[in-house]
This record gives sequence, structure tokens and C-alpha cells, in this order.
Amino acid sequence: MVTKKEIKQSFWIALWFMVLTFPIMVIRVNTIKNIIVWRWTNILWIGIAGFFASLVWNYLLRLKEEKKKSDTKEDIPFVHRLLQNDRFRTPFLAAIAIFFIIYPFAFPMYHTSIMISALVYVMLGLGLNIVVGLAGLLDLGYVAFYCVGAYTYALLNLHFGISFWLVLPISAVFGAMAGTLLGYPVLRLRGDYLAIVTLGFGEIIRIVMENWDELGNGPRGIGNIPPPSFFNFELNQHQNVIYIYFIVIALVLFTIFFVNRLENSRIGRAWIALRDDEIACQAMGIDKFKTKLTAFALGATWASLGGVVFAAKTSFINPMSFTIFESIAILCVVVIGGMGSAIGVIAGALVLILVPEYLRAMAEYRMLVFGALQVIVMVFKPEGLIQSVRKIYKFEKVEE
Amino acid sequence: MEPILNVKNLTMNFGGLKALDGIDIVIEKGQIAALIGPNGAGKTTFFNCITGIYEPSEGKVEITPPGKSTQGLKGLKPNHVTEKGLARTFQNIRLFEGMTVLENVMIGRHCRLNAGIFGALVQPPSQKNEEKKCVADSYEVLEKIGLEKYVNEKAINLPYGAQRRLEIARALATNPFLLLLDEPAAGMNPQETKELDDLIIWLRDNEDLTILLIEHDMKLVMSLSDRIHVVDYGKKIAEGTPEEVKSNPQVIKAYLGDESEDA
Ligand SMILES: Nc1ncnc2c1ncn2[C@@H]1O[C@H](COP(=O)(O)OP(=O)(O)OP(=O)(O)O)[C@@H](O)[C@H]1O
Ligand SMILES: [Mg+2]
Repeated sequence: MVTKKEIKQSFWIALWFMVLTFPIMVIRVNTIKNIIVWRWTNILWIGIAGFFASLVWNYLLRLKEEKKKSDTKEDIPFVHRLLQNDRFRTPFLAAIAIFFIIYPFAFPMYHTSIMISALVYVMLGLGLNIVVGLAGLLDLGYVAFYCVGAYTYALLNLHFGISFWLVLPISAVFGAMAGTLLGYPVLRLRGDYLAIVTLGFGEIIRIVMENWDELGNGPRGIGNIPPPSFFNFELNQHQNVIYIYFIVIALVLFTIFFVNRLENSRIGRAWIALRDDEIACQAMGIDKFKTKLTAFALGATWASLGGVVFAAKTSFINPMSFTIFESIAILCVVVIGGMGSAIGVIAGALVLILVPEYLRAMAEYRMLVFGALQVIVMVFKPEGLIQSVRKIYKFEKVEE
Repeated sequence: MEPILNVKNLTMNFGGLKALDGIDIVIEKGQIAALIGPNGAGKTTFFNCITGIYEPSEGKVEITPPGKSTQGLKGLKPNHVTEKGLARTFQNIRLFEGMTVLENVMIGRHCRLNAGIFGALVQPPSQKNEEKKCVADSYEVLEKIGLEKYVNEKAINLPYGAQRRLEIARALATNPFLLLLDEPAAGMNPQETKELDDLIIWLRDNEDLTILLIEHDMKLVMSLSDRIHVVDYGKKIAEGTPEEVKSNPQVIKAYLGDESEDA
């Protein structure tokens, strides 16, 4: 169990925490009465909590080490085992399908609306997963393409009255073009350099939109963006939300279908090879640049589609919706969900977006929670919540 | 005999360091040739220059693929060199660790196929057949190399010797006419080395391959090679049959050190 050394270590960690948090947890300046309030009990709680947290942390680490020693074979995630099992696959998928079909009718509009946000993140996550998870290109400016999609719909609709359904393919093309244009110069960089440059570009697009008044009204944004048209029917607000919900579901399904096919195709394998070893990949005859550019452009396409849905759903957009935090949130979805794992990313998006929405108290600390989660996942489960699993090929054994 | 690879005056500078200094090497069709030399002699650099990973500072690299005309390789990107029919393995194993053994080999097939994104999405019959053939061909390569029992294993979980063989399998899948092996026996036990010896000879005889290998295991080199090229400090110091090289005083000096200096 707990060793003496661990207790000693936890004691020091607790003490360190007490010192570290002293200024914010103990001292409070009451500016009205001009006095300082010393909240000594707080520090006691910090000490106790820190001590036990450290003990638990150590214990979990040891547990992980022991597990690693005992079985060398990696275990296949539960969801994958469920999906590989012929008996459970159909009922499992049917249950999920029924849940998502009933959802908007069973719950009030507010919940449907939140679910739409989460599903948009599923799309964005799966798109970014192509770039980061499969091709291994750390893109911190993904939100730029989300922005491109949203403004494409808002502007085309404002000036030319083009409908949602027509904008969808147009925005896909715009997204791909933006991805190619941006990718062309920056994909010569790799690793940290790529991350920094994409981060910069992500911010540039937002700042341009903020200052270019003639194009998109600057910070005031564009309002009155119409929801998707449903033939010629007029829908009320609730019906509209339900309608958008099903559009997003369809788009998510299409994305899953597409990603699934890509993953085990010639292109998808090339991405993974590129991620695993760039030099070997080239030496095996893969055009590094072209392969990276396809991944980048395809990711951008999905972000752009997501942007259109976002604009249609909120009916109002301004540059503040496309900050760096958005990029980071999507990246968290991919990393925490499981890099390269579509199922992981879906689960990650649903958990990371829905939980903070419902725990309103937590919403303020969303980034803090993301950060803490990130650390925990990196330490205990670096491959993410649901690890990616490669396709198994079957061969008939020809026995002599 | 016809030359298949013709390297002239190949020079590679890293800042002030001349890792390769005017190397001339000719490899003939159907040969098993060896490139040997002490540590840091520039052997791996030689491979990197030929395969386009480094761009040589000076010199000429020409290939004559069987049935085709002579062409230069200088300035080509690594993937284009591979397309031309040169395939290599790496001294420090560079497998795609997140992929299965079969997928590693399938990557080797990449440059011989042409499915794009739309092919992957729509999956027309032509694309489906191509994919099926890719799987079958890759499996066949694994059988040749004797790795078929690991098909769906992750590459990183393979034993060391098998990982080295997988590198060869992957290179083979690109359909090369010249195979460049960088220390294929490094870290192998005597049994595995013996199997490798047989495999290399089998490859030359049955796959119509020419092989150039870098190796420190002198027993293997002497038993395998038709021709040996020796480099030291980036310069070629000798060339010949195993017997000739073994008794060459300059080679002995390079490997054992200059006795007159020690004295
Ligand atoms: N990218 C590089 N930048 C600078 N110097 C390099 C680079 N690659 C190789 N060198 C230098 O070139 C020389 C030759 O290296 P190389 O790796 O070709 O040797 P080698 O003959 O393959 O040795 P070994 O038998 O140890 O594999 C060494 O001095 C090495 O330090
Ligand atoms: Mg070397």
C-alpha cells in the first residue's frame, strides 16, 4: 500500500501547494473597508486536499506501472470489442440510433440546441482528427476555416440570397481552397514551427474580420442569418431547431462514413505513415508535401462545413466566436478523445462539450478543466479515452 | 556485365566536414555488393545521398533500370527515387509503429497505386480491386520474407530480428530493381543472421534484384558479397572481391589503425 516515502512526498507537495496558493486563497483585500481579511481555514483545506490528491495520484501511477508490467499485449477498447462482436453490434448501433432520433422530441428545445453544438464539435473534431490525429500535423489555427465557412454562408446569403443548401457545397470548396492556400506555404514547416504559424494564421483571420468593416461589419458581426430552408414551408423556432438537429446528424453520419473509408484507404495509410515517420515515409515513395496538403485541405473542408451549420444555427456571427480558444477546445477533443480514433473523437466531443454546458458552474472554468483533463489523460492514458484500432485483415490459411 | 548504378565523384559536405569525398562506385546487375568501412566512414551518408534524402554537394548518380535507358538521379526527391526503382532500409529501424505489419508493407505499394480521395469515398470497382490486390500483394511479400504469422500485429510489438526483416519486406513491396540495405544484420543473433544470409541470396536469385548492403558483420559480408567497396573518412580506399579486400593493406590499416602512428 502506501509507503512511507510517498507519505513524506505528499506532505511536501501539500506544503508547496499551500505556499503557492497562499496569495489567492488566504489574503483578500476588502477595498471598501480598506482592510485585509486573512482566511486561514482555506489554507488548511488546501493542505489536506493536496495531501490526499497527491497520495491518490501516486497510487494511480503505481497501478498503471504494475498493469504495464503484467500484460504486454495492449487491450482493445471496450467499444471496439462491442463493434467487432457480431451479436452485439446491431443492437448497440440500433440503441444509439434510437436515442439520437428520439432525443429532440423527448427533451425541450434547449437540450436539442446544446446537442447541436456538441454535434458540430463532433464534425470539427473528426475534421481536425484527419490533420492532427492521422497526418500528425499540429494545427492550432483550425478555427480559421470554421470562420471561413460561417462567413461564407453569412455573406453569400446577405448579398446574393444564396440558400443554406447551395452554400454547403460552396463552403466546402472555399474551405478546401483556404486550406490549400494556407497549407501551401506553411506545410514546409513541421512540429512546433507549424503549430506556431497556424496559430498565427488563425488569429490573423479573426483580426482581419474584426477590422474589415466593409466585408463583415467588423465586431458588430452579421445578424439575421436565415436557418436552412425546408422546401417552402415556414417552420417555427422549435421546428427549426429540430430540423437543424437532423441536418447535423446527417452531416455527422456522412463524416463518419467518409472518415471511416478514408482511414483504411491508400491516402489514409499514407497519412498515418507520415505521422509515424516522415523520412521512412518518403523513402517508401510517398509524396510528403502532397499528402500533407490533402490532409490539411480536407480538414479545412470539414471546419468550413461546421461553420455553415454554426452560422445557420445561431443566426448571428461575429469574430468573437472564432478565437484561439475555439481551436484549443477542438484540439482537446481530439487529443483527449484519442488521436486518430474516430470513435474516441466522437466520445471526446460529446463529453467535453456537453458536460461543461450542463454543469453551468463549471462553464467558467472550461479551459481550466480542459487543461487538467489534458494532463490527466497524458499521464494515465496517453493514447486518449478510446484508442485507435487498426483494421484486421483476414487471410485463408492454405495448409499443406 | 552492365552497370546498374553508376556513382561518380560523389561529395557531401556538412559544414566543414566532408562526409563523402569524391566517391566512385559502380554496381553491376545481379550483384550482391557490400559497402564497408569503420564507424563514421560515410556509408549511411552515401545511401542518403543516392536516395535523395540528402542532396549531394557534388557528383553524379546514374541508374540504368533493366530494359530502360540510363538516367540521372541528382536532385530528385526521395519518393521519386523510390518510384524509379531504388528501395532502402534504415540502420536505425524506421517502421511505422502505429500500423500493423501488413499495413507497413502496403505503404510500400503506395507509389505503384493511384487511388485518390474520391476513389476512397466512392469506392468504384476499379478502386476496390486495386485495394484487394494491394492487400494480396503485400501478403505475398510477407510470405516471401517469412513474416506472415505477424500479419495483423502492430509493427512495434515485433521481435527485433523480425522488425529488420519487415524493413526489407516494406522495401521489397515498392518493386525495386536495386535494394539498398543499411546494416540489415545489426543486433541479430547468429541464427537470425544465417537466415538473413539465405534471404538475401534468395532475393537476388528469385526476385531478379541487385543488392547493395552496408554491414559490419565481416563473416556475413565475406560470404555474401560478389564485390566489396571500402570507404574510410568519406574516401573510397579499396574495391574488389572478398579475397582481394581481405588482404589489402590499406583496408587492414583502416580497420586496425595505423601501427606506425601508434609507435
Ligand atoms: N546530417 C548530418 N549532419 C552533420 N554531420 C553528419 C550528418 N550525417 C552524418 N554526419 C557525419 O558524417 C559522417 C559519416 O556518417 P555516416 O552516418 O554516414 O557514417 P557510417 O559510415 O554510416 O557509420 P556507422 O557505421 O556508424 O553507421 C559522420 O562523421 C557523421 O557525424
Ligand atoms: Mg551508418
